[in-house]
Amino acid sequence: MIYLDHNATTPLHPQVLEAMVTCLQEHWGNPSSPHSLGNQARMVMQEARARIAESVGCEPSEVVFCSSGTEADNLALRGVARALRARGNHIVTTAIEHHAVLHTCDALQEEGFRVTRVPVDPQGVVDLKALNQSLTDQTILISVMHANNETGVLQPVEEIAEMAARREIPFHVDAVQTVGKLPFRLPDLRAGLVSLSAHKFYGPRGAAALIVREGTPLRPILTGGSHEHGQRAGTENLAGLVGLAKALELAVQDASEEGRRLTALRDDLEARLLSSIPEIRINGAQARRVPNTSNVTFPGVDGESIILGLDLAGICVSTGSACSTGEPEPSHVLREMGVSRRDAQGSIRLSLGRGTRQEDLDLTVKALTDTVARLRRITSV
Amino acid sequence: MERETRTEENPGHGPTLPYTKTLLEHFVNPRNVGELSEEETDGFGLVGDPSCGDQMKLWISVSDERIEKIAFKSFGCPGAIATSSALTTLAEGRTLEEARRITDDDVIELLGGIPGHKRHCSLLGVRALQAALEDREQRLQQKATQP
Ligand SMILES: Cc1ncc(COP(=O)(O)O)c(C=O)c1O
Ligand code: FES
Repeated sequence: MIYLDHNATTPLHPQVLEAMVTCLQEHWGNPSSPHSLGNQARMVMQEARARIAESVGCEPSEVVFCSSGTEADNLALRGVARALRARGNHIVTTAIEHHAVLHTCDALQEEGFRVTRVPVDPQGVVDLKALNQSLTDQTILISVMHANNETGVLQPVEEIAEMAARREIPFHVDAVQTVGKLPFRLPDLRAGLVSLSAHKFYGPRGAAALIVREGTPLRPILTGGSHEHGQRAGTENLAGLVGLAKALELAVQDASEEGRRLTALRDDLEARLLSSIPEIRINGAQARRVPNTSNVTFPGVDGESIILGLDLAGICVSTGSACSTGEPEPSHVLREMGVSRRDAQGSIRLSLGRGTRQEDLDLTVKALTDTVARLRRITSV
Repeated sequence: MERETRTEENPGHGPTLPYTKTLLEHFVNPRNVGELSEEETDGFGLVGDPSCGDQMKLWISVSDERIEKIAFKSFGCPGAIATSSALTTLAEGRTLEEARRITDDDVIELLGGIPGHKRHCSLLGVRALQAALEDREQRLQQKATQP
């Protein structure tokens, strides 16, 4: 099987699995317990937290462990909105965020917050001028993703951090799709809040973190015990935390080298697709992108049919985001970039990863060429 | 490459594809794909599903009140392609009366089932056939009223 859906999730790194199994078998105590087994678990937790902090360049006290990237995004948005309700009611985000952010904004809107969803240009890059103009003295949060999950297009988060800092507005970056794909240091990012999720970088699903930089106002959304510095109650999923720490350490270690390898593979894949299949387009190709992602439009054919055609050839790819599967509505990200509804429906995402080899891509080019040609003979448009 | 075998009874929900073998076979190797020429065409139907954007065109050629030839083209999901193909095999050679009575359930039965969220796809072909049959009626009426 050839797996080209790494933006949906990644296989567990063997070293991560090993660390997690050890933790599950040996350090199964509750880190809050007052006895030696609890102590031992607490030490394991502190060590994992310290390693996470070191990997990304923050303080251990700034790491808030969460159950998913979705929860990290929820905590950032709802947590800041609640903490700063007295200061203002305006939230600024982009039109191409993951649903974890967009649907949370919808919910906050229902609670009375005002939300601006800044549009993107045809390459999928947020309109900085429009973003800047949308800021008011009521704005209490800016939330912008680092890399888009469907196109891989990078957003100008450094410039946005600048705008946010000038107005002292908390800035949240959903970096779920960048960690492990690009060298990643928090001090460079200058964001008050950063979401990461282990399963996107060869860690386990259900293990994620929101980094909350010192001084960022936040109210918990899960209340209970005093876990996670009072910012997220619930007995810790220690094996998940350990897995996250290990995966993060491995991911940042070889991000540059692996990034170069994947960029070369991806660029070659795109060049060959462009030369073998007429009329296709690579979405966001002119923008800066993470190295592993390619979003391709095949006019005249349906993306779901392409996916099944490839699946039958043993190749796993997907349309935009995994969560939209089964939803008839085509990608909001491509639609926001000005792609027609029909072309958005004829688009797929290929996302490469650690296991991807040149031979896999040779087979993929061949299978895609055959599948698209076959579907184009059937198509009515 | 190894794949789990799917039977009609086990459409492969879960670890593999959610489609039956018959459906996959119609998807990979659809019957009656293409267009009929202007002269051959006695009826034409074009239908779309606005909720998913899928579209289907269907041509019929009729002789002796029977569908002699049928052809389709489809911009659509695997469900749309496979059910349209299956529908054409059901309609081919049938009397017009029989063709009118073909339902989405007949198509789904022929394919050995379809996942729930794909049920609506099987309507596309059925509706296109109804449209083509209606188009034929209109063409006949037009001919009759022409001097
Ligand atoms: C950009 C982005 N944000 C958030 C998420 C949600 O992360 P999780 O799957 O861990 O809930 C994803 C994953 O699909 C994502 O791609
Ligand atoms: S999803 Fe529209 S016909 Fe199948």
